[in-house]
Amino acid sequence: MTTRRTIADREDVLGVLMLAPSLAYVILLVGVPFSLAILLSFSNASAGSLRFQWAGWSNYSAILGDAIFLRALRNSAVVTIGSQALVVVLATAAAQVFRATFAGKRFARFVLLLPWAVPVSLAAIAWTWIFDSTVSVINWTLKAAGLMHGWLYWLGDPALALLAIIIVQAWRILPFATVIVLAGLASIPQEVVEAAIVDGAGFWRRLFQVELPLLLPVVTVAVLFGVVYTATDLGVVYILTGGGPANTTQVLPTLAFQRGILGADLGQGAAIAVFLLPFLIVVAIAMLRVARRAEIGAR
Amino acid sequence: MKLKRMGLYAAALGFMVFAGFPFYWMLITSFKQNRDLYVGASDVKHIPWIFNDPPTLEHVRLLLGQTAFPRWVLNTLLVVVAVAVITVAVAVPAGYSLARLAGRWGERLGMGIFFTYLIPPTLLFIPFSRLVALLGLNNSLGALILIYPTMTIPFCTWLVMGFLRSVPWEIEEQAMIDGYSRLEVILRVAPRLIMPGILTVVVFTFTLVMQEFVYALTFLSSVEKMTVSLGVPIALVRGDVYHWGSLMAAALFTSIPLAIVYNLFIDRFIQGFTMGAVKG
Repeated sequence: MTTRRTIADREDVLGVLMLAPSLAYVILLVGVPFSLAILLSFSNASAGSLRFQWAGWSNYSAILGDAIFLRALRNSAVVTIGSQALVVVLATAAAQVFRATFAGKRFARFVLLLPWAVPVSLAAIAWTWIFDSTVSVINWTLKAAGLMHGWLYWLGDPALALLAIIIVQAWRILPFATVIVLAGLASIPQEVVEAAIVDGAGFWRRLFQVELPLLLPVVTVAVLFGVVYTATDLGVVYILTGGGPANTTQVLPTLAFQRGILGADLGQGAAIAVFLLPFLIVVAIAMLRVARRAEIGAR
Repeated sequence: MKLKRMGLYAAALGFMVFAGFPFYWMLITSFKQNRDLYVGASDVKHIPWIFNDPPTLEHVRLLLGQTAFPRWVLNTLLVVVAVAVITVAVAVPAGYSLARLAGRWGERLGMGIFFTYLIPPTLLFIPFSRLVALLGLNNSLGALILIYPTMTIPFCTWLVMGFLRSVPWEIEEQAMIDGYSRLEVILRVAPRLIMPGILTVVVFTFTLVMQEFVYALTFLSSVEKMTVSLGVPIALVRGDVYHWGSLMAAALFTSIPLAIVYNLFIDRFIQGFTMGAVKG
């Protein structure tokens, strides 16, 4: 029997045809806008007209001399690092708890996952209500417990507002990180853990010298996604503080939105958003390394 | 041993309180009467954690009857359906191609596509605002339907590719031995095999559209065009007056279906995120 080589059997042709729409979407609507984002940052584009001209480094020199921008850059770093440090510690601890079997675990897991399921903007508005200056339940509880005598204006004080933002970001990423660490724990070969027990290693020794080193790639993945989600998030700050009081809690995304969209200065907005790139590049490189190690490990 | 057990329960309870407290707060706020709600926290005798007055449905009635909330739900569902159709039509064939037809470079290319998922809306919303204006899609749900797939396609292509890896090859191979061409395998045999993967894609799309805020905020300006995640925090605030009861009821009603879906599909999503850093 002769082999038919019609198009229906050409795997290479079919492969390309089936992949083409996905690639086209990604190139046209992610790749092109991404390049345009960088291009716009060197232009004097405004939202009003569609024409724009090359403006060289002027947007960059303008924002680098702007105290509000520098503050936003610092806030982005502080919020990202602060919340992710909190997440690593809490997620590792939570994974140790939730790997055990106990009564009501299914319900407990359901509750633990809630912050990840709820839309960021709705979680942020709930937290705005929780931190409300006059009826804050946190203040009431602290006062009723006799832990506080003055008053905390959570979203009205720059330092407290930043702390509130860090808490909300950590709260929102924690379930995601916990579930990833749990998946990592489940994949540690049982023999390794048993061998450690036979050799007389206690809980802490096992945790720090056996499990955590093996978990490192997974924890890295959790942190990397956490960094991307936190550094690039607009909703939490936009709703919780609006960048205030007096622009003290702006982060890069909210400032880019304020200048670029609300202020119609697309060029400057784009230049501010470009400062998100260092966060993303670090994450991308680290991820490639983790994926590469996993690839080598699989061989 | 008993002490250890108690420590475990205490820790689990601690995490539950931290994670669940805002949802308890949504729940209790949604059904409290206003005079029970707006008592200053400096009044230590008025306990805000419980109902001091009988619960009321007034806020829910206001939300469903006198706000645009039902409209936002419809808008959101419309966008979900449209984006899900686009995503399935584009990402599922791509995932199949990468897993079964592309050979060695499939994985690399798949990872390249996945990486675009990391490029955040907050970097792209400025060029998109120009593109959307050019296409005349400003203040239209069409803008969201065009742009949301930029987030769902990369993730879902990767998800389908990973999913197909775990489906044995032999069924399709046998079909080809039985005389099917590769195209016939793709059209007749593969869809049945990919079904659970397609379901995951639809669910992921649903959760993403429900949660997205940045693009909605950038492109939609009139209240009747908004989606739930935009309308509730932005447009339920009348002037300077926050209707906290209705606001929290809206947040609660939106969270419940998402929470249920997340619980059912969490493991599938996680496989996508861990990218081989976890070997099952």
